[in-house]
Amino acid sequence: MRSGMANFSKSNVPQFAVDVYQNEYLPEGGREVNAIVTVTATGGGTIGSAVAAPHLYSPGQGPSAAVALMVDCSGSMDYPPTKMRNARDATSAAVDTLRDGVHFTVVAGTHVAKEVYPGGGRLAVADATTRAQAKRALRGLGAGGGTAIGTWLRLADRLLSTADVAIRHGILLTDGRNEHESPEDLRAALDACAGRFTCDARGVGTDWEVKEVTGIASALLGTADIVADPAGLAADFTRMMETAMGKEVADVALRLWTPVGTTVRFVKQVAPTVEELTGRRTEAGPRAGDYPTGSWGDESRDYHVCVEVPPAGLGQEMLAARVSLVVPEPGGASGPSGAESGGGGVRNLGAQGLVRAVWTDDMAASTSINPQVAHYTGQAELAQVIQQGLDLRKAGDIDGATAKLGRAVQLAGASGNADTAKLLSKVVDVVDAAAGTVRLKAKVEEADEMTLETRSTKTVRVKK
Amino acid sequence: MSQMPQQAAVPKCPSCEEPLESGDRFCGACGYDLSVVPARPEDSPTLAVNGAVPAPDGVDWPVARDSDGHGHPAPAHAAAEVPGTDSGGSPLPPPPPAPPAAPAAGTESPAPGVRLDRPDEPDEYPLQAPDPRLTAEGAPAPVPAQPRPAGPAPAEKVCVACRAGRVDDDGYCENCGHAQPRERDHMEQESGPVAAVSDRGLRHHRNEDAFSVGCTVLPDGAPASVAIVCDGVSSATRPDDASLAASRAAGESLLGALPRGTHPQQAMHDAILAAAQAVNALADEPATAREQAPHQNAPACTLVGAVVTAGLLVVGWVGDSRVYWVPADRSAPPARLTEDDSWAAQMVAAGLMNEAEAYADERAHAITGWLGADAYELEPHTASFKPDRAGVVVVCTDGLWNYAESAQEMADAVPLDAAARPLHSARVLVGHALDGGGHDNVTVALLPFPAPPQGAGSA
Repeated sequence: MRSGMANFSKSNVPQFAVDVYQNEYLPEGGREVNAIVTVTATGGGTIGSAVAAPHLYSPGQGPSAAVALMVDCSGSMDYPPTKMRNARDATSAAVDTLRDGVHFTVVAGTHVAKEVYPGGGRLAVADATTRAQAKRALRGLGAGGGTAIGTWLRLADRLLSTADVAIRHGILLTDGRNEHESPEDLRAALDACAGRFTCDARGVGTDWEVKEVTGIASALLGTADIVADPAGLAADFTRMMETAMGKEVADVALRLWTPVGTTVRFVKQVAPTVEELTGRRTEAGPRAGDYPTGSWGDESRDYHVCVEVPPAGLGQEMLAARVSLVVPEPGGASGPSGAESGGGGVRNLGAQGLVRAVWTDDMAASTSINPQVAHYTGQAELAQVIQQGLDLRKAGDIDGATAKLGRAVQLAGASGNADTAKLLSKVVDVVDAAAGTVRLKAKVEEADEMTLETRSTKTVRVKK
Repeated sequence: MSQMPQQAAVPKCPSCEEPLESGDRFCGACGYDLSVVPARPEDSPTLAVNGAVPAPDGVDWPVARDSDGHGHPAPAHAAAEVPGTDSGGSPLPPPPPAPPAAPAAGTESPAPGVRLDRPDEPDEYPLQAPDPRLTAEGAPAPVPAQPRPAGPAPAEKVCVACRAGRVDDDGYCENCGHAQPRERDHMEQESGPVAAVSDRGLRHHRNEDAFSVGCTVLPDGAPASVAIVCDGVSSATRPDDASLAASRAAGESLLGALPRGTHPQQAMHDAILAAAQAVNALADEPATAREQAPHQNAPACTLVGAVVTAGLLVVGWVGDSRVYWVPADRSAPPARLTEDDSWAAQMVAAGLMNEAEAYADERAHAITGWLGADAYELEPHTASFKPDRAGVVVVCTDGLWNYAESAQEMADAVPLDAAARPLHSARVLVGHALDGGGHDNVTVALLPFPAPPQGAGSA
């Protein structure tokens, strides 16, 4: 059933596979169907070796791509001065990681956005000369001014759209709060950019707003993280760029078909991070909708799909949902594809997964919970209780925060999410992990709390 | 645990024409599940026995009758003359603007097949009515006549659940998502004097039973009939494939060996080994996409079979499917001819429990012998009998004998004329199991003893 898709006109496009994990058995009258859908892309380039070799592709290889580097140059970047220096060095490292032929630009961000390189509303094409020129331009970068991230994103979008490329990506670094524009302005900029390019966002230091940075990454289908120590920036930027260079196909959407009478309760990405997608559905013809997943290299992600079907009699079987993957049809309008509407002009990537419902009076069958579904239900709750716990802690509700973070410790321990457990242990003293008994630490490093909040959505996969 | 009954709205069983009483959920004669039968004219056959069945279209379109004489066909109705609705109660898409001469448009070149092309409309709607151009007089000869009452073209299967959606390649309705009845949900076959019926039952989502029946001639010219019944082991992967492969292999093996003069008991032994081999071979095949079960046990099934000749009755089995002997003279005692390879049977055999206790235990049906790559050690059981009187041999899965466990109970369920009407009687027995609850797949084959001479099979 898993069929390889037809050859793309471009090389290095991965093969997609869809696997469904579920307990399809429902009791009499049962309606809710849960499934974990694993989407795996393989056979394009290889991110794995890219980690070892900065220049994976020789010139002309790899998908065409354009990258915008947005560096915060607000006045606060000079306190301490190492921050600006580290940001310059990190951006240089990222430029070094660009493979030949990739279009790129460097944007300096303050309360306005300014082109640092190459300028003139254009993109440079990476080679030894342009990389050197870009790094020279970076050395002249100074700090001064405010922060209006929406303007950076809009400039990046304008520049990225000048190239006819398959992959468009941004890397955004900020050290402070988005103080010089309204939250509505940033929201409008994100809405305008969503679906036009993907963007990773990083907060350096501890003076930035976690929800702003994670909100940018979430809206633009990229990653968010904290780089508390500016010295860690170069390594992080290099990694981010390597991942961006490993992307092979953009604008992939998860298409969900459901039968008549069926309600989609939710669709969320659950690995590698929790990302709610339910509200981001675009209708795609009768009984089908598309959920954006951004660009893909060789990687695997898990999605939790929950639908409510009309109940049927014992012994009946129905298809509760069909999951497939689509991309905008290549050879359409050049330039940014924009948001796909109406499902027209897309190519189906071939692979599909079936989510089924079978009604049975076998109680053993209908009451068992699929291990994958159970695991990711716990991981999603983990992310939620961390968020709630930290919010309550900020609001001064010590009991509420203790209860939520205690539950988080319990969930992290039970599911084997060691990284999150470690982050939690810097915020709470764990009395009994299994029971979820904790005490809030009297004094918590700001960096630790922000790290926990930023990384709260990171999940681990089911132990095989 | 009860199913919501749907009142039968048909005066006669659509399967066997047995008159029904109001309130019947299942046909008393053949056990046909009446809840799935839509209200429709009583002369419409609905049961898939062999070959295609006109898919119900959900609308009581008038039947376009053939001409009863020559040259004067009954008037046909145009689609627009009869209002219909789809399953959601919405009106059907409007008919195409009728060309002025539509009803008698014999000159118009008809499309091959019966699907209307309506380029201006969404192709969501399958054709629900006969094309008047085809049923009207003067339909050209090369066009195949509309088969049976109004129904969609066979190439465009319409969902039996919602009657509105087409069926996709995966076998699900593209509208309501419901899985379509599969060929194996209900199977019937008659071969000479032997007949078998298999049904999905009322609680399982697919039929994991399978059978094969046949008859042949021994080297001395004497007739022999053969039946094999297999029950897939549900806890294994692809149990339905296992039972099908086993029943086919065993049947073919017997029908090949008997004419060559192999002793029936030896032939039965060899047939079980052939069936085991066929099931073992499945373990090496990749699972189908539909069957990506979390567990990956080797496919497995039970097997029970019988060979009936003019004077001999041979049975063979592995697992807990059974053979019963029911004499035609009901004053003579009936008998069970097989010993289950089951936990309950072992408990009884070991004297640890009496039969009632053992079969009341939830482990009763755990089988201790089966065909499949992970069977510990294959022990084909065979036995040979020389009945001293005429009777009928009942070969069945536990889906039946759960509702007629003792030999006497089975004999009571078997119709008196079972030897003369084996197919009818097999249906009656399946109906007996469905009336009892149909908790499992039900399969039964009936072989009259002695095997009647060739050509004398049907009464």
